[in-house]
Amino acid sequence: MPQVALTVNGKKVTVDVEGRTLLVELLREKLGLTGTHVGCDTSQCGACVVHLDGTSVKSCTMLALQAAGRSVITIEGLAKPDGTLHPMQEMFREHHALQCGFCTPGMVMSAIDLVQSHPEGLSEQQIRHGLEGNLCRCTGYHNIVKAIAAAWPLMHGKAMPAAAE
Amino acid sequence: MYDFTYQKPASVADAVKLLGADPEAKALAGGMTLIPVLKQRLNKPSALVDLAGAGLAGISVAGGTVRIGAMTTHATVANSADVKKAIPALAKLAGGIGDKEVRHRGTIGGSLANDDPTADYPAAVLALGATVETNKRTINADDFFQGMFTTALESGELITAISFPVPEKAAYMKFPNPASRYALVGVFVAKGPAGVRVTVTGAGQNGVFRHRAMEAALQKSFSQAAIADIATPADGLNSDIHAGAEYRAHLVGVMARRAVAAAG
Repeated sequence: MPQVALTVNGKKVTVDVEGRTLLVELLREKLGLTGTHVGCDTSQCGACVVHLDGTSVKSCTMLALQAAGRSVITIEGLAKPDGTLHPMQEMFREHHALQCGFCTPGMVMSAIDLVQSHPEGLSEQQIRHGLEGNLCRCTGYHNIVKAIAAAWPLMHGKAMPAAAE
Repeated sequence: MYDFTYQKPASVADAVKLLGADPEAKALAGGMTLIPVLKQRLNKPSALVDLAGAGLAGISVAGGTVRIGAMTTHATVANSADVKKAIPALAKLAGGIGDKEVRHRGTIGGSLANDDPTADYPAAVLALGATVETNKRTINADDFFQGMFTTALESGELITAISFPVPEKAAYMKFPNPASRYALVGVFVAKGPAGVRVTVTGAGQNGVFRHRAMEAALQKSFSQAAIADIATPADGLNSDIHAGAEYRAHLVGVMARRAVAAAG
């Protein structure tokens, strides 16, 4: 059986996998990191989004072996060891950006990538477009969009540039 | 998914060797189509040969040509300052494929080799008169696309790069399926070294095609007015639960006029 060695939430792991093992199966079933969800299993809903070397990807549409040697961050890897939430998590809480919570881990991971990759600022429209790959069936997205806009200044340590608003 | 052996060769030559040694092996690019296909057990390869380590990613611009390596992701093309400057329509097209997570993994070579009839890239490759480079030869865009999910690629032949001549002007407009983001209809309009071209993806039963009547009209006068009265026959266009052939034919006209306006 092949082995895959990678870094997950800062920890080096080596796991026995099959060729067909998906990254999300490795995370959930082999490592017990069940915060990453499988919603549609067809790369549409985004509940399975994790970061691969800092970039958001759908872990249900990637083989575990494709992540060999790479660094994966899941929702469990965001908060500090003392329990302090990541600013994006904090803003999701503050703005009530979730109801049932199923899509939330993928939403948060996708949103962090979105904010990180737009140091110039994000308009509401850009945030909505940036969430094209994440489906939420409860909230109607409004509070998610608000939470992401509110997390931008916290993550970049400055006010959102006016032009982007 | 049925199980398979995973291999990640470090060069194109090694990848070709692995694929040649096993007729049941398949090449894996970004996996955004292949992995869902395998999940549905629609295909049963003995091995997947991952091209991610074969050195095929990267963009270069020289002598009026933008050359994009086959394993370059849609996100990289969309965000490339070089592509945005040389062929902004191509960067915009790449930025409109799927969603951002799909764009982070999906590749131009994978998209072209798959030749989905609703994919975006085929419209750009054909409209710009691009050249598809493989490990064996170069293939003109006009010869590359041969119908739905069918290309000129032979067994054991891998796309290595695509070379786009920089056009004078170009634009792409698509009406995306609101769920899948694939093109219900996408029209790419270009005026460049390959002449004036209008290509349509998403609509044709045989995949991407050139709209000769619009090309002839735009050749005379590159304006929305020139194509305002050109009707697109619904014969040979797709009809499905998302849109009928007549509606797609109508959308071809709308998208083409918008593309001409955007190209300026």
